[in-house]
Amino acid sequence: MASQQVETGKSAVAGGAPESPSRRTFLTVSALAGGGLLIDFSIPGSALAAAHAAEHEYTLNAYIQITPNGAITIMAKNPEIGQGIKTALPQIIAEELDADWKDVQVEQAPVDARLYGAQFAGGSFSIPMNYEPLRQVGAAGRALLIKAAAEKWHVPQEQCDTLPSKVRHKATGRTLGYGALASRAAAIGTKEQAAQAAAMAAMARAAGGAHAGPPGRGRGGPPGAGRGGPPGAAMFGAAGLQKVKLKDPKDFRIIGQPISGVDNPSIVTGKPLFGIDQSVPGMKYAVYERCPVFGGRPVSANLDEIKALPGIHDAFIVEGAQPTGLPDGMQITLVPGVAIIGDTWWAANKALDKLVVQWDEGPVANQSTEKFDRTAADLASKPPAKVIRKDGDFDKAVSGAAKVIEGNYQYPFIAHAYLEPLNATAHFKDGKVEVWAATQNPAAGQGNVAKTLGISPANVTVHVVRSGGGFGGRLGTWYMVEAAYLSKRTGLPIKMLNNRKQDIQHEYYRPAGYHHFKAGIDAQGKLVAFRDHFVTFTSDGEKVSNSADLEPGAFPARFVPNLEFAESLMLLGVPTGPLRAPGDNAIAYAFESFIDEIALAAGKDPLQYRIDLYSPARVLQNPPSPRRSFMKLPEFDTGRAIGVLELVREMSNWGKRKLPARTGMGVAFYYSHLGYVAEVIQASVAPEGTVKVDKVWAAVDCGPQIVNPSGAMNQVQGAIIDGLSAALGQQITIDRGRILQTNFHEFNLLRMNQAPPVEVQFRKTEGVMVTGLGEPALPSAPPALCNAIYAAIGKRVRKLPIDPAELAST
Amino acid sequence: MSYTITVNGKAETVDVEGDTPLLWVLRDVLDMKGSKFGCGMGLCGACTVHLNGRATRSCITPISAVGSAQVTTIEGLGASEIGRKLQAAWVAHDVPQCGYCQAGQLMSAASLLGANSRPSDQDIDDGMSGNICRCCTYTRVRAAIKEAAGLPTTDSREV
Repeated sequence: MASQQVETGKSAVAGGAPESPSRRTFLTVSALAGGGLLIDFSIPGSALAAAHAAEHEYTLNAYIQITPNGAITIMAKNPEIGQGIKTALPQIIAEELDADWKDVQVEQAPVDARLYGAQFAGGSFSIPMNYEPLRQVGAAGRALLIKAAAEKWHVPQEQCDTLPSKVRHKATGRTLGYGALASRAAAIGTKEQAAQAAAMAAMARAAGGAHAGPPGRGRGGPPGAGRGGPPGAAMFGAAGLQKVKLKDPKDFRIIGQPISGVDNPSIVTGKPLFGIDQSVPGMKYAVYERCPVFGGRPVSANLDEIKALPGIHDAFIVEGAQPTGLPDGMQITLVPGVAIIGDTWWAANKALDKLVVQWDEGPVANQSTEKFDRTAADLASKPPAKVIRKDGDFDKAVSGAAKVIEGNYQYPFIAHAYLEPLNATAHFKDGKVEVWAATQNPAAGQGNVAKTLGISPANVTVHVVRSGGGFGGRLGTWYMVEAAYLSKRTGLPIKMLNNRKQDIQHEYYRPAGYHHFKAGIDAQGKLVAFRDHFVTFTSDGEKVSNSADLEPGAFPARFVPNLEFAESLMLLGVPTGPLRAPGDNAIAYAFESFIDEIALAAGKDPLQYRIDLYSPARVLQNPPSPRRSFMKLPEFDTGRAIGVLELVREMSNWGKRKLPARTGMGVAFYYSHLGYVAEVIQASVAPEGTVKVDKVWAAVDCGPQIVNPSGAMNQVQGAIIDGLSAALGQQITIDRGRILQTNFHEFNLLRMNQAPPVEVQFRKTEGVMVTGLGEPALPSAPPALCNAIYAAIGKRVRKLPIDPAELAST
Repeated sequence: MSYTITVNGKAETVDVEGDTPLLWVLRDVLDMKGSKFGCGMGLCGACTVHLNGRATRSCITPISAVGSAQVTTIEGLGASEIGRKLQAAWVAHDVPQCGYCQAGQLMSAASLLGANSRPSDQDIDDGMSGNICRCCTYTRVRAAIKEAAGLPTTDSREV
C-alpha cells in the first residue's frame, strides 16, 4: 500500500487521503535545500481506527510507536551495511523524543519515499541529510506526549517537561510514562494533522494545486533512481513547515553516547539477519552464470545434462533485458546468462562444474589491463584530449620555476569483495513481487525490478535486510532484478546467490587510473605550478566512466596560481562504479604522494608544507571534491584542514620520534565526503621489501557533534585499515575482457596479523553541519603509508598495490 | 544418503549427498543461518564452527567427514562460559560493523581461548588470521578477546 502512495505521489497535503488505509499515522519530514525543515502530517483515512485495532501499539508518527507498557519502537530509515546507521539515526530520534534508550527497540523501516524520503546508504550522506530532520521527528513526538499529559492533568503544556520516557508536571512533580500517554498522544496527533491537512489542502487549492509533486522517489533521490527537484521542495509547500523546539545539545543524553549496535546481540548469537539468511516457504535456490567476458551472452548450453543432475529443478538460458553489460555498473539490470535452479544452493552451485556454455564473448574480449597500461603510457606522452581546469598559465610558470618536479602514479581496478556475496530472495505471485535484499539502494532496485518485469513499481515490495558489507557495491541492484526475474519465470520463490568467483568477476569495479604530474616551485619552495594529465576511462567514448573522473575542484586547485587538470580517455567495457569514498579512494593516493614529493623537493617538512598550502585559514565557497551530491554542500574551511593536520602532528609526535632503521613516518590529508581527515602512519620495510604498518594516527573533523562515538571510531578505524588493505594487496586484473581473480587467495584482504593499532581523535568544530564518517577516513591512508615507505627507505611507490619486489634492497 | 551428526548437543539426521559441505547442511537443511558463506574455499573463516571444540571451516568440511564429532555453531556458542564471555565482550566493545564475519570470528576466538586462556597479541594474530573482516574490525576483535580472557585490553604492539 505504501508503494501505491509512492506511485501516485498523492499525499494528504495534495488534497485527499491516499486510497489505502494504514495502521500508521504518518509524519513525513524532509530537509529543504536551504537547510530548513518541512514536516508533512498526512493521515491515511482510517489510520486511527487501524491503530486502535492493532492493539497495544500507538503510532505517533511514521518513525515512532509506543505501547501502553512503554515500549518504544523507532524506525531506522536507511539500509544498514555496517556503517552503524541503524543505531545512529534512531539515537537522534530517541534523543529529541526524550526516550529512555532502554525502552527503545529499532525496526527497519519499509521502503517508502513519501514517508521516509531518500533511503539509501551512500556517500556518507545519511547523517548530514537526516540529522536535523530526525531531531524534528523526535521532538514532534515529544510535543504530542506533553500535550497528552497536559490535557489529562488539565494544566497548560508550558507547565510540563519531560524526563526519560515520561512527562512531568513541573509544579507538582507528578509524572506519567510515555506508555500511559501513548493512546491519547496518538489521538491528539491525528486530530491536529487532520486539521492541518484540511487547512493545507485549502491553501493548496487556492494556490492552484502547487503541492502536487512528482512521485515519491523524487526527493533528493537515491543514486541511480529518477530524481526530482531539490529535496523536499516539490513534495511539500512551505505551508507544511512546522518547527518544533529542539533540545540544547548540552542536554543530550543519547546523541553523543557510545551505544552498542542495536543488532549486536542478534549478531553474536547467529540470528538470521542478513540477505543470505532470508527464507520463503517453498523456495528454490538459483545460481546465475554470466558470460566471463563483460557484455557477452550465452549461445547454447548443455541444459539437458544439467537438468538431469541430482537436486536440479531447472536450467535455462536468459536472454537478458539489456543487450550488453552496461559499463556504468549502477545501471546494470539483467545481463544475459544461464540460470540453474536447485532444490538446494549447494546442488545448483555444484552443477556449475558440469555446465558447458558456448558464449558469444562480444567486443570487450579485446580489452586487458596490460593493454590499458601500454595505452595509458602512450597517451601520457601526447597532448591530453581535454583540459578540465585551467588556472593561470601553467607552461609559463613551470618554465620560470626554481625547481621542476615530475611524478607518475597508477592504481588498479579493485573489487568491493563484501563478505556476504550478492544475493536476493524474491517471490513473484499474482503480478506482484516481494524482494528481500541486502542492498544500499532499495528504491532504485524497486524501479529496476519493475522495469525489467514490466510491472508497476507499486507491485514491487522491497524488504531491506542487513547487508554483509556494502562499500558502494550494493548501490547496484542487478541481484534483486535477477532474483525477481527468476521467480517470475519459474513461478517459484527464488533465492539467487553468487558464489565467490561469480561475485568477484561480475560486479562493477573501482576504476584504475594513471596520473602524470608536473609541478614547479619557486626559490622559497612555494608551489607555483601544478599539472595532472590523468589517463582514465570512458564507457561511451565521451563521458568519463562512473567513478573514474577527476573533480575539477580537487586539491590543489585554488591553492596554486597556475594549475592545469587534463584528461585522456580509454574505451572500457568493464563496468565501473562507486567504491567507498569514490574517486577519492584512488586520487588521494596519487595527489598526496606527489604533494609529498614536492614538499621534499622544496626541502620542507611534508606536514608543515601541507599546513602552509592551506594557510591562511579561510572559508571557500565550494568543497574540493563534491562528487555526486544529494544535498546542498557546505563550505570548505581550510582552517579545519589545518586544524586536523596540527592535531595529528601532536598525536603522532611527528618529527620528534626516534625511529629504527628502515622505518619512516608519512602524512596525508584529504577532504572527503564532507569530512576533514589527516593521518600519520609509521611503517617499516624489511630488506626483502615486506611492509609492516606499525601505527596509524588519525585526526578527524566531522563537525560539532558525533552521534555515536563508538560507531564513529569503528568507521574511522575500519576505513583506514580498509584503505591499507587496498594499498597493500588488492588488484583486479582484466585479461581478454574477463577478470582473472577468483577468490581471497588472489584478491587479498588484510588480516588480523597485518592490522595496525589505529589511534583516533576527533576535533570538534562548532557552527557547521554534522557530517558522516563511512568514507572520509579512507583516502588518506594509502598515501600516508606510501609516504612513510619513502621516509623509511627512500623509494617512492609509483603503483598500487604496493609490490614488495619493488621495495627490496638490491 | 542419511547422516546423523551432533549439532550443539542435539542429534540431527539429514539426507544429503556425502560431499555436501557441513556449512550448507547447517544453513539450508537444518535452517541454522548463523554460520556464514563467504568464500567456499576455507579462505575467509566466515563459516567457522567447532568440531570437538576446535575451529573448523565448515564450507570445506563434507558432511561425510563429520562422523561422531561434536559440532558447535554460533547458535550454540552461548552454552559455554568462554562463549558467553566472548559474546558479552563483543557487545560491550561494539565489535561488529556489518557483522557478517563475526560468527566466524567468535568461533575462532572461542577455539583460541579454549586452547590458551591468556593469549598474547602474537597468539591472537596466529589464532585469528584465518578470519577475514572486510569491515576491518580487527582492533576491536583483539580487544574483545582480551576482555573475555580477563586480560588488559591494551595493545602490546603499540609503538
